[in-house]
Amino acid sequence: MATTTTPVPDASPISGSRTFLSRLTDGDEIARAITFVFAASVVLITVLLVLSLWQGSVLARHKFGFSFFVTQVWDPNAGIFGALPFIYGTLVTAIVSLLIAVPLGIGAAIFLAELAPARVSDTLEFFIDLLAAVPSVIYGVLGIFLIVPLMRSYIEPALKKTLGFLPLFQGPAYGIGFLTAGIVLAVMIIPYIISVSREVLLSVPRDQREAALSLGSTRWESTWKVVVPFARTGIMGSIFLALARALGETMAVTMVIGNTPKISASLLASGYSIAAAIANEFNEASSPLHSQALIELGLVLFLLTFILNGLARLLILATSQRGSGMGNA
Amino acid sequence: MNARLRWRKFVSNFMLTMTGVCALVSVAVLFFILGCLVYQGGTSINWDFFTKLPVPVGETGGGMANAIVGTGELLLLATLFGVPIGFFGAIYLAEFSGSTTAFVVRYAADLLNGVPSIVIGIFAYAVAVAPFKHFSTYAGGFALGMMMIPITLRSTEEFLLAVPRTLREGAMALGASKWKTIATVIVPAAYRGILTAVLLAVARVAGETAPLLFTAFGNTYWSRGLKDATASLPAVIYSYALSPYEDWHRQAWAAGLVLLVLVLVINIVARGILSRGISVPRS
Amino acid sequence: MHASVRQAVSVNITPPVTTGASRETAAPAAMRMTISNVNFWYGAKQTLFDINLGIATSKVTALIGPSGCGKSTLLRTLDRMHETVRNARLEGEILLDGKNILAQDVTLLRRRIGMVFQRPNPFPKSIFENVAYGLRINGSKIPIAEAVEKSLRHAALWDEVKDHLHKSAYELSGGQQQRLCIARALAVEPEVLLLDEPCSALDPISTAKIEELLVQLKDLCTIITVTHNMQQAARISDFTAFLLTGQLIEFSPTPQLFTKPSDPRTEAYITGRFG
Repeated sequence: MATTTTPVPDASPISGSRTFLSRLTDGDEIARAITFVFAASVVLITVLLVLSLWQGSVLARHKFGFSFFVTQVWDPNAGIFGALPFIYGTLVTAIVSLLIAVPLGIGAAIFLAELAPARVSDTLEFFIDLLAAVPSVIYGVLGIFLIVPLMRSYIEPALKKTLGFLPLFQGPAYGIGFLTAGIVLAVMIIPYIISVSREVLLSVPRDQREAALSLGSTRWESTWKVVVPFARTGIMGSIFLALARALGETMAVTMVIGNTPKISASLLASGYSIAAAIANEFNEASSPLHSQALIELGLVLFLLTFILNGLARLLILATSQRGSGMGNA
Repeated sequence: MNARLRWRKFVSNFMLTMTGVCALVSVAVLFFILGCLVYQGGTSINWDFFTKLPVPVGETGGGMANAIVGTGELLLLATLFGVPIGFFGAIYLAEFSGSTTAFVVRYAADLLNGVPSIVIGIFAYAVAVAPFKHFSTYAGGFALGMMMIPITLRSTEEFLLAVPRTLREGAMALGASKWKTIATVIVPAAYRGILTAVLLAVARVAGETAPLLFTAFGNTYWSRGLKDATASLPAVIYSYALSPYEDWHRQAWAAGLVLLVLVLVINIVARGILSRGISVPRS
Repeated sequence: MHASVRQAVSVNITPPVTTGASRETAAPAAMRMTISNVNFWYGAKQTLFDINLGIATSKVTALIGPSGCGKSTLLRTLDRMHETVRNARLEGEILLDGKNILAQDVTLLRRRIGMVFQRPNPFPKSIFENVAYGLRINGSKIPIAEAVEKSLRHAALWDEVKDHLHKSAYELSGGQQQRLCIARALAVEPEVLLLDEPCSALDPISTAKIEELLVQLKDLCTIITVTHNMQQAARISDFTAFLLTGQLIEFSPTPQLFTKPSDPRTEAYITGRFG
């Protein structure tokens, strides 16, 4: 019934030529088209997001250029917007959190992947996955009401007494600040380090461990001297992933970092992070330039996490390729 | 057994214990958090909490009915927006696409997944709030929905691809067209995994606050419809916790407990569905 | 009901009792290892049935049989490697120099019994460090560099790598990597060396080199090798055990098993009627 321009015997799937009309009414082609639209919309949303960040910060970018990254002053009233205090705060809290979370997390991952009996490992892993699901605002609540008083009354004074000669631990101990934010972040990223590291360790070929054992290694020796080094790039990847998460974390940090746009040598001092600044100031931005500067901060954060996540994925991939002899030590 | 071996075995057992401690401490945190919330907020959970609106600052009492309903509305909108995109997009990836398109779409999804939630909030503001000049539940749903897309997409694709070839070939050998095979055989076979993915995505965004700060914003009363700004559990927890009022702190604990229980229950249910196995009979 | 090979207490190997085949006794040799009444389960499934076998000192013993017959499983019980797998259960006795290995400390045991795996599996370290690994953890009576050279010479690899000791082990070819794994295993001076189809992933030239090596190595240690290549077993081994579906069908000096097998199943296998 369709008018054909070229004679076509039948629209069998094997023959290459199909009439336009018959393709239009073919369920499969419709399905392909519809689902393509949805898949394409994912790409579209992502592209729009990047564009909107880029466009939305154009004023600020042109006005400040590179000095945005090195100016210490953030003064909306005077129209001066320097991102350095936020970048500093974001990095410092992230580093503190890694220093705490990485040993704990990798230790736990080693236990779960290598040393624990299977039942124990599965149960613990279940709880750790649940821990990863705890919303960040709840960490914030615990941060404000439990950790901050604890830091103020016990831990920070103790640190000042013992290590106060270091500039890291000087100044008044209010309980809020870089150190507290770092500690709260550490608790939040531990589950990520554990999950990814555990998977990476489990992907190390069995016969590596068996070879180590067959030479008379103890279990710890085979784990530490053979399996972990084999998985070393993937474990780095898990750390990068956790770092990306820590950098982008907003609520819990905002609630305990003190929200002071200043750079201080002391971990006990108040500071600010990129995400916290955006959260606090975006709605009350006093001028278009202010909004745009905040959006530029968002762009910076986006780029940082984008690079870290990308690197992390490459590193994790590299470990899984190693077993097949494709990689070099 | 000589001294050296004894030492090595001691080290091995010691490290076994130490790493075990690391694992236990990590897990203990979960229980500690739950315990704190129950202890601090448990007593504040009463009928009022679920049914009353917040009362003005300084007065005690009142509840979070609007925040609870708000969270419900936001999650519903987010699901309606994000899940179809993720689901149908995944069908395209698993069943129709070539490898370059697939790579691009997956890459975009992974990228979207890694975007900090505050940045999602900025984008959602630019698209759904600024042009209309007011905050709305729609905007909040849009922001949260965007965050659900990558999780739904990647998981659905994974489960669709895991459906055995024999099932597909069996249907096609009976003359079913591709889309019929997908709709009647493949998707039903993978439904458990897909449902789990959706639930996990919902649980993930239920607790998100940052994207709502610039979209749904907040409301001390009932929202007057989806075009209006709305309160939500995470946003209320955030503002109450930061306030100077004892009573609001108490309510923040309670709301935190409700939110955490909600998120954990969804997670456990989702994993429970999955652990019953993919609903494909083993050949 | 097949005849299992029963071990005399110490010296001779006796061929299957049921047949009237000529009893060729081996030259008197001590039994380095004795496997008695070994049964093995993987979960609920039994995969080895009542194995009795004696391994002669300083000889090469080959385990042959079709896929799935249990030869690798049996090999792995000899250094208790099966214990790394959940649900693995072993009953019976395995003696090394008269003492039950199941009652000893496993770490010590594994120093005395080395293993080479089917696919070369060097550690992600340099060539030197691969060989040195066992020496570093167990301690070495001679300087490590000397011990490493000694092992690499025993494995016929020294000349090829002596100028590249600090390169990554992964830069070696497959055959070289496997010889490196042999050197690594030899470094701790094991009394027994277990090899699980060591040449199956290698090309014919590398295979020939390793076969030559194994024959030379038996002066250093007792060798037990699993192989699915019958010709290889015939070429290099002194004794051959034929397994089928978890049972030991026949165990004889190699020339005898291949020319005058006592069991019809053995004959069927070696003439290629199955497997």
